[in-house]
Amino acid sequence: MSDGTQTLPAKWRPVTEESRPVRIALIAAALAGLAVLVLAPLVVVFAEALARGAAEAVASLVQPDARAAVKLTLLVAAVAVPVNAVFGIAAAWTITKFDFRGKAFLITLIDLPFSISPVVAGLALVLLFGTNSLVGGWLVASGFPIIFALPGIVLATIFVTFPFVARELIPVMIEQGRAEEEAALTLGASGWRAFLTVTLPNIKWALLYGVLLCNARAMGEFGAVAVVSGKIRGQTATMPITIEMMYNEYLSVAAFSLAAVLALLGLLTLALKTVLEWRHADQLAASRRH
Amino acid sequence: MRALGIQKSPMPGFALGMGITMTMLSLIVVLPVGALLAQGAGYGLENVWTTVNTPRVWAALYLSFRLAFFAALFNLAFGTLLAWVLARYDFPGRRLVDAFVDLPFALPTAVAGIALTALYAPNGVFGGIARELGGKIAYTQWGILVALIFVGLPFVTRTVQPVIAEIEQEVEEASATLGAERFYTLRRVILPMLLPAALTGFALSLARAVGEYGSVIFIAGNLPLKTEIAPLLIVIKLEEFDYDGAAAIGIAMLLISFSMLLAINLIQIWSRRRIGHV
Repeated sequence: MSDGTQTLPAKWRPVTEESRPVRIALIAAALAGLAVLVLAPLVVVFAEALARGAAEAVASLVQPDARAAVKLTLLVAAVAVPVNAVFGIAAAWTITKFDFRGKAFLITLIDLPFSISPVVAGLALVLLFGTNSLVGGWLVASGFPIIFALPGIVLATIFVTFPFVARELIPVMIEQGRAEEEAALTLGASGWRAFLTVTLPNIKWALLYGVLLCNARAMGEFGAVAVVSGKIRGQTATMPITIEMMYNEYLSVAAFSLAAVLALLGLLTLALKTVLEWRHADQLAASRRH
Repeated sequence: MRALGIQKSPMPGFALGMGITMTMLSLIVVLPVGALLAQGAGYGLENVWTTVNTPRVWAALYLSFRLAFFAALFNLAFGTLLAWVLARYDFPGRRLVDAFVDLPFALPTAVAGIALTALYAPNGVFGGIARELGGKIAYTQWGILVALIFVGLPFVTRTVQPVIAEIEQEVEEASATLGAERFYTLRRVILPMLLPAALTGFALSLARAVGEYGSVIFIAGNLPLKTEIAPLLIVIKLEEFDYDGAAAIGIAMLLISFSMLLAINLIQIWSRRRIGHV
């Protein structure tokens, strides 16, 4: 019995495994399902964009509407993402470094935007800041309209991406505890110094991960932005909104070319996210294991 | 400070952190949602009910919820299979496939919407096959179902996969030692362990699909009473400047979302009691 493997029958397999044909069938079913459900839509974006050649696809991207859309989307993300990062850090710091009543309720409130339809989110912003509301009427009268203008788009984008950074940071910071910061403070570091030299290095990969997901959603948001933007061509039409307008005008190549740019961004996000998960799994910790 | 139930802490930055958190939370989430509820209150409960209680709104709410349920059910089955294959089997390109599962989260909904429409329209690749067989997918409820399956696909896989990875093989060995067939072990030992996580993923997928707009409107056809989803009705009401009507439907959708959020939490509490972790 010293060499057990030789006495095993040829068709031996561990009891905790399925037989080979079953395994192959399950893998095939999973891959086929993914190919049809996920890969095919991705491929079709690029196929439709290049349907009349690469030259026409590129030409449709440099026309004024498309360029204005790209600029606006970049601008919105450039405002919304840092705001969310600051909020996420502040919220995670408050929630994980202090004990206070109502913490669970606060976390529920932060998570709330994930369970609200983007269209309802847009509607809520219109009702708060639209011209027919008290606040909105006053803001429009003072020459600072929010709805059908840039601030509304930014607010809608912040709403739908609200929980991303905080959700990523909170589990990581809970796991890391407070001891290191307390040690730094005991040794005389100021609060800011403790945050910058102790906390921030500990959470940087989780922060980057949250910012990455937040940015992808910010650049791609459609429902909430569609409601508050007013869809003014060249002014309040972000990339997804412009894609819709082009598509409805049967400008297929233009719509799919712009969509291909967003799809590439999505793929890039996926790639960076995967690299972070492989390289820094230990520091993303809890939220990825959950 | 004491009155708020705050423990004395040597850690600085409570006022600043809490200040930023509460300001943002109020401005972005609480005030807008409050404005929505206030609009409904100003309109009157009876009027809100009259607006919602019309065949067109019921049809839209029922359609959104029913198709979201079927999409989540499909994702429950396929997502669990996918999680099992990714966690247990080794095959070339497994890590790439694993990363690829999250694509529906990374692809903007409008992009998914026009891509799915191009695929499933009668002149598209899959739509063409359906036409050959005498069926139609895009611009019918099947099209909406396809879009909702797409946007909710990763949820179940992402909740179930870590649980599979944590299962101790001794449990399966014990089951086999006691004479259980492999399939019996899977059904009676493994599946119950995965159930809480799978149900959480199911609920997340359902919640996402009920409110989904971007990926659906292109493929839906948007025919009143037939392929008109609830979020679209809100957009239509807003385009007619009927803010009260929009708020009424918005509140109805909010109630559906909240009940689902509650359901998710109950599932998690229940499973925590049952198996000690989620």
